[in-house]
Amino acid sequence: MFQDRYSLAFKLYPYRRSADQDAAAAMRHRVVVMGGGPIGIAMALDLGLQGIPVVVLDDHEGVGQGSRAICFAKRALEIADRYGCGKAMLEKGVVWNVGKVFHQDRKVFEFNLLPEAGHEYPAFINLQQPYFEKFLVDRVREAQAEGAPIDLRGRNRVDGVELRDDHVVLDVATPEGNYKLEADWLIGCDGARSPLRQMLGLDFEGRVFEDNFLIADIKMKAEFPTERWFWFEPPFKSGASTLLHKQPDGVWRIDFQIGWDIDREKELKTENIRARLDQMLGKDIEYEIVWTSIYTFQCRRMKRFRHGRVLFAGDAAHQVSPFGARGANSGMQDVDNLGWKLGLVINGKAPEGLLDSYDAERVHGADENILNSTRSTDFITPKSKVSHTFRNAVLDLAERYDFARPLINSGRLSVPCTYDGMPLNGPDALAGGPARTRPGSPCPDAPLGGKFLLAMLGGGFTLLTIDAQAPEAVVADGVEARRLALSAGDDATGALCERYLGEARSAVYLIRPDQHVAARWESFDAAAVEAALMKACGKE
Amino acid sequence: MSRLNTKIDTGLNTKLNTGPNIADPDGFYAELIGIHEGLDEAESQALNARLILLLANHIGDRAVLSEALTAAAANEGAH
Repeated sequence: MFQDRYSLAFKLYPYRRSADQDAAAAMRHRVVVMGGGPIGIAMALDLGLQGIPVVVLDDHEGVGQGSRAICFAKRALEIADRYGCGKAMLEKGVVWNVGKVFHQDRKVFEFNLLPEAGHEYPAFINLQQPYFEKFLVDRVREAQAEGAPIDLRGRNRVDGVELRDDHVVLDVATPEGNYKLEADWLIGCDGARSPLRQMLGLDFEGRVFEDNFLIADIKMKAEFPTERWFWFEPPFKSGASTLLHKQPDGVWRIDFQIGWDIDREKELKTENIRARLDQMLGKDIEYEIVWTSIYTFQCRRMKRFRHGRVLFAGDAAHQVSPFGARGANSGMQDVDNLGWKLGLVINGKAPEGLLDSYDAERVHGADENILNSTRSTDFITPKSKVSHTFRNAVLDLAERYDFARPLINSGRLSVPCTYDGMPLNGPDALAGGPARTRPGSPCPDAPLGGKFLLAMLGGGFTLLTIDAQAPEAVVADGVEARRLALSAGDDATGALCERYLGEARSAVYLIRPDQHVAARWESFDAAAVEAALMKACGKE
Repeated sequence: MSRLNTKIDTGLNTKLNTGPNIADPDGFYAELIGIHEGLDEAESQALNARLILLLANHIGDRAVLSEALTAAAANEGAH
């Protein structure tokens, strides 16, 4: 009855019989999350740490094998840090800053991400997805021990969904038979092929890219630096493009673009993969193949991420090409955005309509990610002769002229989007304030002596004051914003001033639980802050 | 790698701006490729020719145009 679709890297939530399976009638839960991948587990952590009971259902018992998403961006790590597992990821991950771009046998240029100083987390780490997931589940176990009401159920497969006005009814299969479960809210984090989306017959539209990519993860003792190397039309002819990237445990990710019309089985044969690798690395280099896979991709999203009591997050809601590392990273931002909103709604502190802002903001984010990853894909895999001609002209010119370099697109790396013009945003009333912290922006980190700003924001609304008076807390209709009082002098490096004051001499920021700016002023005005807090909770 | 013979004089006499000068480079590039969509090769070539002439007229400065023509041609036969 249960057929594994993949083998496990880590068995993290083995099947255990739940009391629900012996209940006379279907038990009602606050939230059920479908899918125990990185996004589902992060969702459960977000809600569980707020004290909201959440059940996660997954048809497997842990994390699948294969490195898959290997590039985790600063924002995803900052979110993980808020959940209490960012440090473990950073410690295991490989930090890289330099990228080199080659065309045929020539280096076209190299770039340095030059991460801005004064952030606790680097721009990117490379980390195999199973580790990312394991650190999240490890954190769930810790949180459970501290009393967080999170229930992970492996080998629990959702076979049917019925939508009711104010809840959903699930038919769940287990190795010991089926049982029914009810949930006030259902969150689909069940991946790109989302069975939930299919059961509900919902759309998932966009562009299909006709190309195959072959991943080979190998262990080798070779003198490659910890850099991202990208070849357009590599001289070793192992692919139309090739990417080389370092992972922890001495593993290298090599990604070959191998074209549309291929024989999948044949290409996945070890001797054929070795032939490609030998062509690239030369015959003298010894390596061991750790994992291989062929993937294709699409850039598409659901029209809406909220359907009444059902919400979608991560790949289930949107899919991008891998160029730019915008898949798992954007899923983490979905969770970050949805968690506090659903928490307020469930606790009766905000109207259900607040969840429509999840749809608006994350659809906006998905569109930005799809646009960027589509453009990268079009540059890397030109679809027409003229497109190919222009692409190579850019590469040729870029060797000699700076102007052509910004046109080279081997992936625009994931950065969180700014929710410009979105309905929850309050006033931008800080004259001379920096553009990067305008309402809707994700808060940039800043050093504060031995600490960092983001770590001090906590999980609720924050009233950040810099050299401004304000009460210790502001409450509007049951929702509290706690003050974090800072002074420009708290950061000797000047980063805090540069990022939050600009030309202003003082500032008051209302910051959402997901660390996006809701509104900002020069000084505290109770009525204005209360109104902005109401607006940020969808009460307008 | 014998590209020395194709090196362009980038000394003080240069007037051609070869530094980054296009706002939203990704958006521009997508639009540039986009206008070719659905065209066959000859149509694309004709479109490119019209585009070059329009841009050349906008630049106007004969010295700059000559420099750009030389820079573009210098790549021929490089590989």
